[in-house]
Amino acid sequence: MNQILPPTSDELLAILPELILAGGILVAMVLGVFLRRPIALVNGLSWLLLTAAAVAVLTIPLSGPVFHGALVLDPFARFMKVAVLIGSAVALAMAWSHGRQQRTQQFEFPVLILTATLGMMVMISAHDLIALYIGLELQSLSLYVLAAFNRDSVKSTEAGIKYFILGALSSGMLLYGISMVYGFTGQTSFPAVAEAVAGDASIGLIFGLVFLLIGLAFKIAAVPFHMWTPDVYQGAPTPVTAFFAAAPKLAAMALFVRVVTEPFGSVTADWQQIVTFIAIGSMVLGAFAAIGQTNIKRLMAYSSIGHVGFALVGLAAGTEEGVQGVLVYLVIYLAMTLGVFACILAMRKPDGMVEDIGSLAGISRTNPVMAFILAMLLFSLAGIPPLAGFFAKFYVFRAAIEADLFVLAVIGVLASVVGAFYYLRIIKLMYFDEPAGGFEPMPGTLRLVLGASGAFTIAFILFAGPVGELASTAAGGFF
Amino acid sequence: MSDWPILSTVTFLPAIGAVLILMIRGTDAVARRNIYHVALWTTLVTFVLAIVVWANFDNANPGFQMVEETEWLGGAINYRMGVDGISMLFIVLTAFLMPACIVASKRSVEKRFKEYMIAFLVLETLMIGVFCALDLVLFYVFFEGGLIPMFLIIGVWGGGRRVYASFKFFLYTLLGSVLMLLAILAMYWEAGTSDITQLLTYPFPAGMQTWLWLAFFASFAVKMPMWPVHTWLPDAHVEAPTAGSVILAGVLLKMGGYGFLRFSLPMFPIASADLAPLIYVLSVVAIVWTSLVALAQEDIKKLIAYSSVAHMGFVTMGIFTMTEQGVQGGIFQMLSHGIVSGALFLCVGVIYDRIHTRQIDAYGGLAQRMPLYAVAFMIFTLANVGLPGTSGFVGEFLTLVGAFQANTWVAFIATTGVILSAGYALWLYRRVIFGPLVKDSLRAIRDLSRREQLILAPLAVLTIVFGFYPKPILDVTEAAVGNLLTNAEAALAAAGRVAGVGP
Repeated sequence: MNQILPPTSDELLAILPELILAGGILVAMVLGVFLRRPIALVNGLSWLLLTAAAVAVLTIPLSGPVFHGALVLDPFARFMKVAVLIGSAVALAMAWSHGRQQRTQQFEFPVLILTATLGMMVMISAHDLIALYIGLELQSLSLYVLAAFNRDSVKSTEAGIKYFILGALSSGMLLYGISMVYGFTGQTSFPAVAEAVAGDASIGLIFGLVFLLIGLAFKIAAVPFHMWTPDVYQGAPTPVTAFFAAAPKLAAMALFVRVVTEPFGSVTADWQQIVTFIAIGSMVLGAFAAIGQTNIKRLMAYSSIGHVGFALVGLAAGTEEGVQGVLVYLVIYLAMTLGVFACILAMRKPDGMVEDIGSLAGISRTNPVMAFILAMLLFSLAGIPPLAGFFAKFYVFRAAIEADLFVLAVIGVLASVVGAFYYLRIIKLMYFDEPAGGFEPMPGTLRLVLGASGAFTIAFILFAGPVGELASTAAGGFF
Repeated sequence: MSDWPILSTVTFLPAIGAVLILMIRGTDAVARRNIYHVALWTTLVTFVLAIVVWANFDNANPGFQMVEETEWLGGAINYRMGVDGISMLFIVLTAFLMPACIVASKRSVEKRFKEYMIAFLVLETLMIGVFCALDLVLFYVFFEGGLIPMFLIIGVWGGGRRVYASFKFFLYTLLGSVLMLLAILAMYWEAGTSDITQLLTYPFPAGMQTWLWLAFFASFAVKMPMWPVHTWLPDAHVEAPTAGSVILAGVLLKMGGYGFLRFSLPMFPIASADLAPLIYVLSVVAIVWTSLVALAQEDIKKLIAYSSVAHMGFVTMGIFTMTEQGVQGGIFQMLSHGIVSGALFLCVGVIYDRIHTRQIDAYGGLAQRMPLYAVAFMIFTLANVGLPGTSGFVGEFLTLVGAFQANTWVAFIATTGVILSAGYALWLYRRVIFGPLVKDSLRAIRDLSRREQLILAPLAVLTIVFGFYPKPILDVTEAAVGNLLTNAEAALAAAGRVAGVGP
């Protein structure tokens, strides 16, 4: 190994967004402890930090591996970081408006979102197995706490514990995989591992790969490692669920993509079958298991499992078009999910929040705008053109067909038809059924998020080309 | 003026109307009247523009005209629009039926008038887009997008079993279409473009053609609908509001036939020749079987729905004979059926608005109170039967001529369908219109109002005019159909096959 040198200014510039977040977290914590009423200030500061980090990501020059190959800022990382920061910022804003209404605010909440986001940034940039693990753990530990944030609620506590135990198990598997990869290659940096793998991958190395993928599949909640998702989504406070469904999913998918394409890019055939299998499992389970759900958060959990399956279809192709498809899918998924959760956060009756799907009955009369946009989002999640969700599926299936994965593609589109059923069921409740008492008016922030999400979904058809090109540039670095 | 993108204008004008309606506030009578006028004028202007397109259309040119192209998804997937002889008249048909739908809905739609009109205008944009699209992906977007407004129209404004019908409609059609999407992607990678004009001449390998053909078939057969995947149609028809049924029968069903003509036949000629027997069998079964089923119906709308399936059987049979008469007849039959079945559903709507039932035995002897109605209903019933002198005759006759050249048995069995259709249609007419007027509920029934006369008169005139003088329609389609068949035969010859047509 090289001798440890102090970081150069170029290296520091490359991790400027992470530095902004890390420094900001420390300031926010100090403020939180010493101020009497820190909540508004810490919230505003956190929002500012996320925005500043996003601006920094967009303005600093791209850079190759820094810190002895631990981190990298390539087009892919830039693309995903911006998406993750947007996801975090929107989730934070929604949580803030929700918390103000429910009077359940604590300054630790934004700080934990910031630490989780910092973890995600490191995950996305990770160019080394150790950096990967550090980023993933920082993110996961923050998320465990967030899941149990509503500490007086049994469900929330249960969600936190469940998430923690299963998450720790998956981290263990991941570490085990990392140690095997290290054991058989003697390397932790991605390019070095790739070089060692290139000759021929020994059986031990394949084992390491499998364990790595199991650990990551846990994090993205792909079948058969999805069991925690419905319980955690349901049990966690709704703003936290909104956060879970968006940014961490994106970061974990980004990590997944990078791990299989960079260090293991030369043994595509070996991981392709695993990815194909979990993609099929996720799509089918997501479609069928959601049918019987009556709790909207649980339903969204199964929906998210299904969508991860669809995104993995693109990855299974193992081509540049495939990764491009994954990226487009994730961006569209992010926008749709945030919009749907804005609606879920607005499901408030005079006597409190409701989560039962039945309470959406007839809201096209009582809350027409919310019903209209939510219906568009659900049609979009079902993948009906001309809405954004169609293009998400279009790009991943395009890649799958190019890679001759016909069976996967056929199963995928059939699963999407089954999936359409449960989205239609909600639309039916909203539009065909008689009103069962509407909801309280939406707070301004939620309205803004919902409006932006709806506009994105409907207008995506107009700028699908440029988005596809951006994703293509981001994916190009791997091939 | 020649550079003006007129097809895009025709396509998206209704969507602009929908946006205008969205901005109208209030639920009182004034708002309702404003909404109605915006919708009506939008569809009328669209119709005029469609006529302008037709007037500028050059019948002698077999290729695509008024072509537009703009960058869209990148990677050779662009926004491309254009019309040829096959698609031209479907655009006119769509634009022609829409004002009638709007006017027919003026009184019969009581709740959520605004949403109703928005759904219809959006639907019109998507329908016209289907016929204008010259890019496979764009075509798919329009084709599938129509599901959303139609789902809402059936589900929100439909009859008793509307929820069941809307789900069935949506999921059936979606299931057929997603397989077509995969086929579209496979064609894109094979040919390197999704430009329909280029794909029309691209020689797909014979083995691949079969799979692609089957995937497209899955979508179009459901849309058409062909036996045995037609069961969504009677449900959807019965439960949809009147105008919904008109659009469903008049335009949406035609997308299946249009798809066969635009894609299956010219792009996969070898598979089409190989699989034509399958189409013949399904078509003939549809013609005979659904005609028999129609005889047993007690609900007027359901009867007409089954008769639609039978009539679409003639279309598929005609198209896949790959003869000029067969294909021309298929197109003519689709256009004629669009007018006639649309008019029949409007007629049902007239009495439904008054008595609020569609059961046949609730009526009888209407001729004594509603003479005008009896005349109108008779014209359309006879056209549905295919009486010479009505537009229904021309299409059926031509498809049968085509079928006779391809396979005499097919023609023979299909002809019995003509007899059966006379059976159920005339019987329906007798039970509803003739006989003594014994039911109390019918004594005070009013004849056609001015508004209803205004809707039905043009349809009746067209039915008879095209029955005696079909040339304007056949002239438009002739060059494009000839070109299509020449190319298909050339492709078959190149593959060492003889065309699937007997001597």
